[in-house]
Amino acid sequence: MKYVDEYRDSNLASRIASEIARLSDGRQLKFMEVCGGHTHTIYKHGIEDILPPNIDLIHGPGCPVCVLPMGRVDDAIAIAHTDNVIFTTFGDMMRVPGSHGSLLDAKAEGADVRFVYSPLDALKLARQYPERQVVFFAIGFETTAPSTAVTLLRARAEKVKNFSIFCNHVTIIPAIKAILDSPDLRLDGFVGPGHVTMVIGLRPYTFIAQQHRKPIVVAGFEPLDIIQSVHMLVQQISSGRSEVENQYVRVVRPEGNVKALEAMAMTMELRPFFEWRGLGFITQSALKLRPEFAEWDAELRFEVPGLRVADPKACQCGEVLKGVIKPWECKVFGTACTPETPIGTCMVSPEGACAAYFSYGRFSMASERSRLKIAPVVQTQGM
Amino acid sequence: MCLGIPGQIVEIVDERFDIAKVDVSGVKRNVSISLVRPEGIAVGDWVLVHVGFAMSKIDEHEARETQKALKLMGDPYTDEMAMFNKSQIE
Ligand code: SF4
Repeated sequence: MKYVDEYRDSNLASRIASEIARLSDGRQLKFMEVCGGHTHTIYKHGIEDILPPNIDLIHGPGCPVCVLPMGRVDDAIAIAHTDNVIFTTFGDMMRVPGSHGSLLDAKAEGADVRFVYSPLDALKLARQYPERQVVFFAIGFETTAPSTAVTLLRARAEKVKNFSIFCNHVTIIPAIKAILDSPDLRLDGFVGPGHVTMVIGLRPYTFIAQQHRKPIVVAGFEPLDIIQSVHMLVQQISSGRSEVENQYVRVVRPEGNVKALEAMAMTMELRPFFEWRGLGFITQSALKLRPEFAEWDAELRFEVPGLRVADPKACQCGEVLKGVIKPWECKVFGTACTPETPIGTCMVSPEGACAAYFSYGRFSMASERSRLKIAPVVQTQGM
Repeated sequence: MCLGIPGQIVEIVDERFDIAKVDVSGVKRNVSISLVRPEGIAVGDWVLVHVGFAMSKIDEHEARETQKALKLMGDPYTDEMAMFNKSQIE
């Protein structure tokens, strides 16, 4: 069943969906998909319409672009405007609004901002332009942090001195803890992030199952992966279990990627606290460079304002990121806030719930259902 | 952001810094294999690539099916491939 041959098998999808309907028996269940990649798949393929209506998927904070607070974007822009700097970033960050424009605006104003595919590309630029200062804007969860770590180790080995990292890596577990502790939200389980777990392994989730008694199923990124994971969650609930399960066995090993964790531990350490957009300050939820790597730390090398900046008043990204409201419930959704003119971060990244819903949501119901030729889910008695 | 694209190792380029050439849908670029080295890696193996790093070994069948599914994803995949195309890791 876990094989991809069947991922596009719409019969299988609707069979599993009916099974979910039967098992959940009309009970209202709220599952949070933590990862922005999942959010994208869910909207793109209209999965909310395939699942029975008593299953509610809540979109969580797992989009690294979305959770970066405005003050850090301002810091990045300040570095980018520094003389002699080549500021490198993943494409996703270019449009994220700071309090006075985005990196794209900074570029238009003359800052040398370039997007790169990999931190290793940024390191290469540093070797290529030894007279310039090359800074890499490191963002992302544990999926991406190891690549920054290995790049740093290489910069040290090759003694590349004109290279530094503006480190904004965040860690997923404290965010899940914050959500579990938040009084606004009652969840019945989690669809766990596939690629983060490929790095950290399954063990860090034990507290969810044991202390909070909620099931979590780590899922792959294809539509059927998500439907299957929801099925596994519903199976756990109907048999009274709360366990950590792995649906994405083709990629995720239970122990994670040990080498990646080692590289991170060698180069980075936890910050006492870090601000997340929408979730506020969360203790020990982000990484900074270890003192041994101070030479490569952009926060020490450059003047950064380091100010906390409140989100624009109209923006409800905070509520969206906590799953308290759905994107279309934000007052400016689709009017003042669109992917072309984003007000909040959730509209910038294709993984942000607002952008995903804006691009696909309105069409999901009719078109995806007919494209996948998925029959409406038959509800069982007792609704 | 957390997308992983499957590629096949076609050449080990730099032993010291663990750099290998991978073929992703016909586009050949260098990536770091440092994080999958402990799994044992050889020419012909398939890996999941994320921001220039092979993150996990996968089997060939899964790699091909994942590739198909990714293509159906639309923009995020096209954007990722456009960036991969530009990459010049050494
Ligand atoms: S619609 Fe725009 S402003 Fe509203 S929550 Fe989404 S991103 Fe934020």
